[in-house]
Amino acid sequence: MELVIIAAAIMLGMGALGAAVGMGLLGGKLIEATARQPELGPMLQGKMFLLAGLIDAVPIIGVGIAMYLIFVVAPGVGA
Amino acid sequence: MAGGNPVSTTAYIQHHLTNLVYGKLPAGYERHTEQGVETLQSDTWTFAHGSQEAADMGFWAIHVDSMLWSIGLGSLFCWMFYRAAKKAHTGVPAGWLNFVEMIVEFIDGAVKDSFHGRNKMVAPLALTIFVWVFLMNLMDLIPVDLIPELLMMAGVPYQKIVPSTDPNVTLGMALAVFVLMLYYSFKIKGGGFIKELTMHPFNHWAFIPVNLFMETVGLLAKPFSLGLRLFGNMYAGEMIFILIATMFAAGAGAGFVSGGLHAELFGEQTSGYFWLAIFLLVSGICWLNLKGKISTGKTVLLSMAIMAIGGGLFALGGGLMQWGWAVFHILVITLQAFIFMVLTVVYLSMAHEDH
Repeated sequence: MELVIIAAAIMLGMGALGAAVGMGLLGGKLIEATARQPELGPMLQGKMFLLAGLIDAVPIIGVGIAMYLIFVVAPGVGA
Repeated sequence: MAGGNPVSTTAYIQHHLTNLVYGKLPAGYERHTEQGVETLQSDTWTFAHGSQEAADMGFWAIHVDSMLWSIGLGSLFCWMFYRAAKKAHTGVPAGWLNFVEMIVEFIDGAVKDSFHGRNKMVAPLALTIFVWVFLMNLMDLIPVDLIPELLMMAGVPYQKIVPSTDPNVTLGMALAVFVLMLYYSFKIKGGGFIKELTMHPFNHWAFIPVNLFMETVGLLAKPFSLGLRLFGNMYAGEMIFILIATMFAAGAGAGFVSGGLHAELFGEQTSGYFWLAIFLLVSGICWLNLKGKISTGKTVLLSMAIMAIGGGLFALGGGLMQWGWAVFHILVITLQAFIFMVLTVVYLSMAHEDH
């Protein structure tokens, strides 16, 4: 049962890691591009939000599955 | 499971992730009820008690709560927008009509940006998907226990009120999008669609099986990821709301100062009327302060004392965390509705591209 907790931890950590790198790249590139061509700012921001939502989905789903593992599959530990 | 008060965290979570299922139990099925084991004499259509019975109902088990809430929200959307459309005029819009025009223009802009084919159906489809998914996600922001508990008081068994936390709903919508993709692919491209599937990455007849496999996987991954993304986001959000509720409800029941008094008065479960009384007392004191009857210092002291005795600090902390997550969740639900809509439009746009 303890391995389930470890699995949940890896799931949360790795998911967050990947998404953080992705978000960092996304935000950095947005600022670079907006600095280069400020008139494109609003359009780029809209596209960034769309992509941020796509990136965001993966770790959030990971969080959901991890919570399910911790509190339902491995019961008693979190209660 | 339905109707009872679950005590432990695990039971509470499982209780909250169970749909209200209506289906057929076969003859000879042993039902475990509060009165003991009951064996069914013939095939019975009934509501399931707990997830095991729901699983035993097989294919023709209907999630009544998901169906009713999603169709109800869809009707609400149609009715509200129909009312606005009837009243539309060329002048300066106000109120609800203004809001509807704003949404319609926003969707229109988004569709014009990403859809380049000729199809009268795509923009209305996008509008429907966006508003409907948004409304279904919005149910997540209503406090988790409020509506189910109220309905349980009226005699309706426990139900989930957020249809988009049910994979059947999200994958069903994604399936509808997939059918539209296939329909328009065949209609616009005809044989070109077959050619796209078989000849695409490697343009040689010997590679047809490899191409077919790769393209089919790519094609099937689209609706699958579309449905699962929405489901996963909403499910995780709901899960976090439930977890905050369990953590702080349990802590609040124990009380901040007088846990012993609580146990003496209420036992395991604290009555909801108790919280209502505490809330009214604190509100009353604040109101008296506003009217200038008691000083501010006394108000703070009295409120703190009442909340300490009532274990209200835990409840307050839980409330603040629920509120914080709810504010973040407003972004998530809107974004996910928007992404579902944009990806639908993009997929349909790909189906319309004729090379």
